[in-house]
Amino acid sequence: MTALTIEQVEVSYRARGRGSVRAVAGVDLQVAAGEVVGLVGESGCGKSSLARVAAGLTAPTAGRILIGDTPVAPVGWRRRPAALTRLQMIFQDPGGSLNPRRTIESQLLDGIPADLTGSARTERLVQLLERVGMSDDARRHYPHQFSGGQRQRLAIARALATEPEIIIADEPVTALDASAQAQVVSLLLSLVRELDVGLLFISHDLALVHEIADRTAVMYLGKIVEQAPTRALMAAPRHPYTRALVEAIPQISAHPNLPNVLRGEVPDPAQVPSGCRFRPRCAHARAICLTEPQLREVPGGLVSCHRVEEIAAENGVTELSVAKRSVTESSVTGEIAMEASE
Amino acid sequence: MNELASQRPTKPVAGEVILPARRWFGIRPGRPRPERPARPPARALTAVAIVILVGWLIVAIAAPLIAPYDPLAQSGPYYSAPSAAHWFGTDQLGRDILSRIVYGSRLSLPLAVAIVALALAIGGTLGLLAGYIGRWVDESLMRLTDLVFAFPPIILAMVVSAAFGPSARNAVLALVLVSWPTYARVVRSAVLSIRGSDFLHASRLLGVGPWQALRRDVLPNSVGPSVVLASLELGNAVLMLASLSFLGLGPRPPAPEWGAMIAAGATDLSKWWVSIIPGIAILTAVLAFNLLGDAVRDWLDPRSRRRG
Repeated sequence: MTALTIEQVEVSYRARGRGSVRAVAGVDLQVAAGEVVGLVGESGCGKSSLARVAAGLTAPTAGRILIGDTPVAPVGWRRRPAALTRLQMIFQDPGGSLNPRRTIESQLLDGIPADLTGSARTERLVQLLERVGMSDDARRHYPHQFSGGQRQRLAIARALATEPEIIIADEPVTALDASAQAQVVSLLLSLVRELDVGLLFISHDLALVHEIADRTAVMYLGKIVEQAPTRALMAAPRHPYTRALVEAIPQISAHPNLPNVLRGEVPDPAQVPSGCRFRPRCAHARAICLTEPQLREVPGGLVSCHRVEEIAAENGVTELSVAKRSVTESSVTGEIAMEASE
Repeated sequence: MNELASQRPTKPVAGEVILPARRWFGIRPGRPRPERPARPPARALTAVAIVILVGWLIVAIAAPLIAPYDPLAQSGPYYSAPSAAHWFGTDQLGRDILSRIVYGSRLSLPLAVAIVALALAIGGTLGLLAGYIGRWVDESLMRLTDLVFAFPPIILAMVVSAAFGPSARNAVLALVLVSWPTYARVVRSAVLSIRGSDFLHASRLLGVGPWQALRRDVLPNSVGPSVVLASLELGNAVLMLASLSFLGLGPRPPAPEWGAMIAAGATDLSKWWVSIIPGIAILTAVLAFNLLGDAVRDWLDPRSRRRG
């Protein structure tokens, strides 16, 4: 069952003096119940814009978003209907996503459905805290009394209060240290597996996404350039951009070398290159790349590149070996890799 | 560098850098820094503020019992210096200043509190709505504040209270009219920073209605600065009220309004007690309100509350 459907979504911002910026330029993405979909890309590629639109915090310029079968209406001057509270979001900064002036209890109770009354509400509250590994007496405290990792877990507990079908996590562990990252990531994963929640996991950390996502979509300048089951994507990236990202992850090997860093900068989203938007940074660009490629099916995934087959033939089908590593380890090294590539 | 070094009157001892301050003031190295007197804990200051305000409250309520003379009648020679008969002396008409201060507390303090409370309530509400709703509500309210800001406040207050007729009530209304935009601005800017915050988004996604979110998430996080501003403005309110009284637009003479009393003594400072004594009265009240404002702000913020 599809928990979240993103269809042809576009987001444009009007920027003063630069005309309109298409932060998201037509994205299709589905997240099924019990599935983790990773969305990766460099800073400024439109990941967060997509997350906010998907959650309904802002309206898309075009396209639509469905939770199950219900179209998402942007948060406005009405209370959110119960059907839409099935979607919850986890934010990057755990310090800013909890109201500093309210107790944890008061904030969690907001999300507990109104048909639970009296002591059932309190029971549910305690259950939620337990679910994220927080003790019962946390509810009487204020957010500033917790560490970053604890706050993020409390934010997750709050998101779970409405019994969501889909959670959008926008860089949920970026602001945390490595051990807290591991806790939060494994908590999120256990929720997906045990509660059958769909998770859209947005991150710039490809190595981390590799560890947890069932499917991965790679975004570049507002478009998805490749989408495939994570294992296949990491083992044999098809799009030159994905390949560059994967190769930028430092490897521990017998033949030490520096990670390959992608040359150039992400272009200004207000002046997207004509044709293939990756063309100016692509080593494989040819004349055909002056026309814009469409996301098309290739064996084992979706790629938006004219020359997938030719590039594969040039390289031989080289399987990149990305060693299987534990979540903590890779999340640390991976972050460095992505930063180097940015 | 060499030039500077040659200008030094004393040669530095090898290995020691002599800072100008040390040279000029003879501060020798190695001496422990003198202990700075510790700031009294916030709770003690709050207690002081409460004691002062409760004191004024008792004075105001029990004025007839405390005041030794009739505040409006001549009770001695004019301009007599503080003495056993007149603790705080007498004013230009021979009225007992202590009695006038005591009765004045019934007038000045409630009026000042009324001005600030009304301005905070009106300005705060409008600022909250302007920031939260945005669009044309924000636009029109902010242009309205600009309109008020365009006039010097005391001139505008004079025009308004002159138009309505001089009385204590009209003076209060006039001063509320000139002071609400400040609160509106302060609250609005606080609301704007909250409006984009993740916790407000999270609340709304949980299904909290817009007005409930305003009350629970926006309001508590945006009143702090305006409460502090209000406590600071209390002193200003007393003074503005005094200016209006002085011009005959506030509480009318011979009403013992503190500000008017200061104004009466300001012409001849050799009779210092005439204006200094009401000045001290205003000072204590304003100081107490400021300390209380700090306490209220801290109390509103759980981060500064004591743990446990």
